[in-house]
Amino acid sequence: MAEEELVELVETGAANPEPETAYGALVSWSLDQQVLHPDRPTYVAVVEALKADGFVMCIDVWAVDYLTNDTRVLPDGVRPERYEVVASFINHVAHTRMRVRVQVPAEDPTIASLFDVYPGAEAMEREAFDMFGITFENHPDMCRILMPDDWEGHPLRKDYAIGSIPVQFKASPAERS
Amino acid sequence: MTAVEAQITGWGDDAKVRLRDGAVLRMTEAEAAKGLDNQGNPDDQRTLMNMGPQHPSTHGVLRLMLEMEAETVLRSKPVIGYLHTGMEKTAENLTYLQGGTNVTRMDYVSPLFNELAFSLATEKLLGIEVPERAVYIRMLMCELNRISSHLLFQATNGMDMGAVGAMIYGWRMREETLRLFEKITGLRMNHNYIRPGGVAADLPDGWRDDTLKLIDSLPSGLDELDALLTGQPIWRDRLQGVGVINANECLALGVTGPILRSAGYDWDLRRDEPYLAYDKLDFDVLVGSYGDCFDRYSIRLNEIRESVKLVRQILEVMPSGDYRTQNKKVTPPPRGRIDQSMEALIHHFKIFTEGFHVPAGEVYVPVESPRGELGCYIVSDGGPKPYRMRMRGPSFVNLQVLPHMMHNTLLADTVAIVSSVDPIMGEVDR
Repeated sequence: MAEEELVELVETGAANPEPETAYGALVSWSLDQQVLHPDRPTYVAVVEALKADGFVMCIDVWAVDYLTNDTRVLPDGVRPERYEVVASFINHVAHTRMRVRVQVPAEDPTIASLFDVYPGAEAMEREAFDMFGITFENHPDMCRILMPDDWEGHPLRKDYAIGSIPVQFKASPAERS
Repeated sequence: MTAVEAQITGWGDDAKVRLRDGAVLRMTEAEAAKGLDNQGNPDDQRTLMNMGPQHPSTHGVLRLMLEMEAETVLRSKPVIGYLHTGMEKTAENLTYLQGGTNVTRMDYVSPLFNELAFSLATEKLLGIEVPERAVYIRMLMCELNRISSHLLFQATNGMDMGAVGAMIYGWRMREETLRLFEKITGLRMNHNYIRPGGVAADLPDGWRDDTLKLIDSLPSGLDELDALLTGQPIWRDRLQGVGVINANECLALGVTGPILRSAGYDWDLRRDEPYLAYDKLDFDVLVGSYGDCFDRYSIRLNEIRESVKLVRQILEVMPSGDYRTQNKKVTPPPRGRIDQSMEALIHHFKIFTEGFHVPAGEVYVPVESPRGELGCYIVSDGGPKPYRMRMRGPSFVNLQVLPHMMHNTLLADTVAIVSSVDPIMGEVDR
């Protein structure tokens, strides 16, 4: 490409277009599925905007621990953090789905609860707390849901080791008489 | 309520107020032992009762904490986790080929749907298409699985209500379905039959006759169930008007499947977000009007009839061809090739030891399981194992309606309500 063309592209903004946004959050596309990337302070506002726009149901809320995954792709302007809280919403009229991914830092694993917007998020957020130790603020009942109350650690974190029992393989036993 | 109405009105503050207070018991066992009401005052009139996890009507290991006043349930809390085996963690340590054996054990009553959601998500990440025959085999198996799952519901629901005859009738028909599964997949349950790339094996000889024989025998069996239950006054008295939930509350709580449809909300992923080839088939989505236990019973009963209709259509149009993709990176080479070709041997070895690599990315794929929306979310880091796999189990989310359905009902009705939600604890706890 000639130098003049490049200059023209930069000046008109075509080489570096405005990042795509929707509902006040940056947008990315993952295999033709639309994903929103709000930050923690705007998370609830973005979800409320989604609800007002016809996303009547919160399908699920879960978390991902990106401790050992460096292949994650995020739009420019989103700072990657260790945890990610993901929520999925559905619009029954437009037949569309929306995923919201929020970065949650390891040193302060807290995020606002969606309970006031979608009461159905209650059990899912409890599971995310149980498995990842992410605290949801203003949640009515923030306690473990699957593991026992006195369990130590959060099993789905990547630095939580899986236990194993050594299995010794022996020759097949003698035939039954 | 239709989807359009829900969008216009939202589900409103009335649902929210009812959902926030009153029905859900939010306290630990230590607090519960103190016997205080929600304002922290001692209350002699209230008793806390424990139901389960060992109780014949809790469908496995569901435990309920019930706050009672005489025989009326005030607040309640489902306590779960007794069947938690860390399957999402296990999934991170199994290759995509092994993953099917893991997910199939989640909702053990409809295992093929778990495998389907997992396979569809993997295939979307891989960017591969499965052959048409595989698509139709998957649909055939899933609809048969829907039949067997709803038949199990008919059996257990009847048993919970004291209609032990219904249990025998439902079980007998389900067993016939499982026999067909055994012939096709090799196992009655936990099949690992639907795999990334297609299905594990082609349909065996005589599958068409066996399937026809099965679905020809079903309608008369369903009519028997109808005669045994549907019109009977005792059955109606026990179910009608019990465990009522409206569409607003279902939407607010994320409830899907027959429970959402029983509240008069017309939503079925097979029709509204078609996957596989459901858009080429003709079937009806059944919707209730009262949102009570009876609606949920009759919706499931008639969904069996719709699935029979679907199976007949699939039998007519079942295409020939491959039952799995010919992508050599995903599908192991045929046994005969291994003796002739070094590359085939290497491929075979790599696929079964290391596993195939899946491009990095994240994807969520939903399917309509007999209990509602079953979604699989996979994050891949480019390796042969999922970096994270999340299963959105419909039973897990649907369980949240229990306190709302049970609020201000009699203790005897809790059994009817738990039964009508049809939770499978393997999927709730994973």
